[in-house]
Amino acid sequence: MSVDLNTLKTPGPTITALTRPFWDAAAEGRLMIQHCEDCGKAVFYPRPICPHCWGKRLLWKDASGRGRLKSFSEVHKPGHPGWLPAAPYVVGLVELAEGPTMLSFILPGTRPQQIGDMLLLAPTAIGGRVLPAFRQIELATEEEPR
Amino acid sequence: MSRAKGSIVGIGELKPQRLTQGVTTLEMIAEVSRLAVLDAGLERAAIDGLLVGPQVGETPQHVPATIAEYLGLAPTMANVVDLGGASGAGMVWRAAAAIEAGMCEAVLCVLANNREETAPRSPNRNPIREFDVPFGASGANISYALLMQAHMAEYGSTARDFALIAAAARANAQLNPDAIFYGKPADAEAVLASPMIASPLHLLEIVMPVAGGEAVVVTSAERARSLGKPPVHLLGAGEKVTHRAVSQAPHLTSGPLKNAMARAFQQSGTRADEMDLLSLYDCYTIMVATTIEDAGLCAPGAFGAWLNEHDLSHKGDKPLNTHGGQLGFGQPDLAGGMTHVVEAVRQLRGEAGERQIGNAGLALVSGNGATMSEATALVLGAA
Repeated sequence: MSVDLNTLKTPGPTITALTRPFWDAAAEGRLMIQHCEDCGKAVFYPRPICPHCWGKRLLWKDASGRGRLKSFSEVHKPGHPGWLPAAPYVVGLVELAEGPTMLSFILPGTRPQQIGDMLLLAPTAIGGRVLPAFRQIELATEEEPR
Repeated sequence: MSRAKGSIVGIGELKPQRLTQGVTTLEMIAEVSRLAVLDAGLERAAIDGLLVGPQVGETPQHVPATIAEYLGLAPTMANVVDLGGASGAGMVWRAAAAIEAGMCEAVLCVLANNREETAPRSPNRNPIREFDVPFGASGANISYALLMQAHMAEYGSTARDFALIAAAARANAQLNPDAIFYGKPADAEAVLASPMIASPLHLLEIVMPVAGGEAVVVTSAERARSLGKPPVHLLGAGEKVTHRAVSQAPHLTSGPLKNAMARAFQQSGTRADEMDLLSLYDCYTIMVATTIEDAGLCAPGAFGAWLNEHDLSHKGDKPLNTHGGQLGFGQPDLAGGMTHVVEAVRQLRGEAGERQIGNAGLALVSGNGATMSEATALVLGAA
């Protein structure tokens, strides 16, 4: 993957008023997810009610930006033609430290991806917008998310 | 064993084709419906129940009425079953339940799809479209690659273990002249040498999309006895839906089919190891691997060893997808799941010709939709 990801003609998100805070934060390089005031659980993707308890008191909070790689795939034949210039690239399931899992783009690391890798938020411009991508935490330095 | 909840008395199947030109899905539905009702030995007017699939891009709403009108039916029960690849199996128990509820007596369950050169992209607006697609994850291949990678990491299953599933499907397809890969066997080495699509998933571990159609007719076990063909009884069914996007899956190495199959076995008073035919949904090799484990045929993670211990051909001790599975037959979209029902009926009737299994008494049929998230299981029994 040597292409400038920001020049890709990839499909962007279909944003609604409800999901707008997530994407506004993403544009600023932050990862914001909902937290349920009733049951205390974190919620991803954004919803009008908590899927765990159906409570309606959902608050947006900045996530820690830490996660664990639950699975990944190196994509050689993308499902959308806009991704062809970037192939092969890696997508993964990221279990956020707060609990929920999201699918994300995984930036190339210094060592091959492995399930169980600890990940850090790495905001990346892809297809003309900044997305909450992730990358491996470097083992030598105990990195802190910004 | 429990009594029959209803019986499959007619089957219809269209030969899969890579592409169609100027043919509508409705036309294909009409053709395959006629075959199934003729096979049942029923008059058209006897069909008073209709179960159909969704038709993206052709008839977005009012699908049952559109199809009923087209076929000249006036059903007293009509509905859409929208469970992806589990739709076919899902139709069978719903048909039996509607008959038992007194709503109708003979139900046509039909799925078909055309396949034009330039299929329009559907204008989706849902969480997958918003939160997966922008990150580079479009389509089912990547979802099943993620499930497969997780299985390999958790249990140490190997690429070759998975390739054996595709090779067995291709081998069985050599006895089905209608299969898209008839005359085109592929061994495990050929599967592993095929292009990597989304690691660890190779091209030949993925179904070939085709046009086609499948239909069955379900009636009461009592009425089935008066018809021409040996009835195939529905002895038990189970269903579970857990999620849609792979990121929201509660587990990556076990799926809702585990619950669905457990219920189907419990309802029918049978066990997985009693099945004479395994007709298991196989959109990808990982789906078969997980289903073998979720059925309890082997311990979690042990499907590779299980494959090495068993012969999956029609002559073997564990016949699996004798029609070639969708990996060998081709996947006619939602109708692909129904191929597993139709083949089970053929085998249990003793009509499978040169690929007929011996002692065809019980069959397990599984259906699976979306990202190992929509699951239906049926236990079918010979008359």
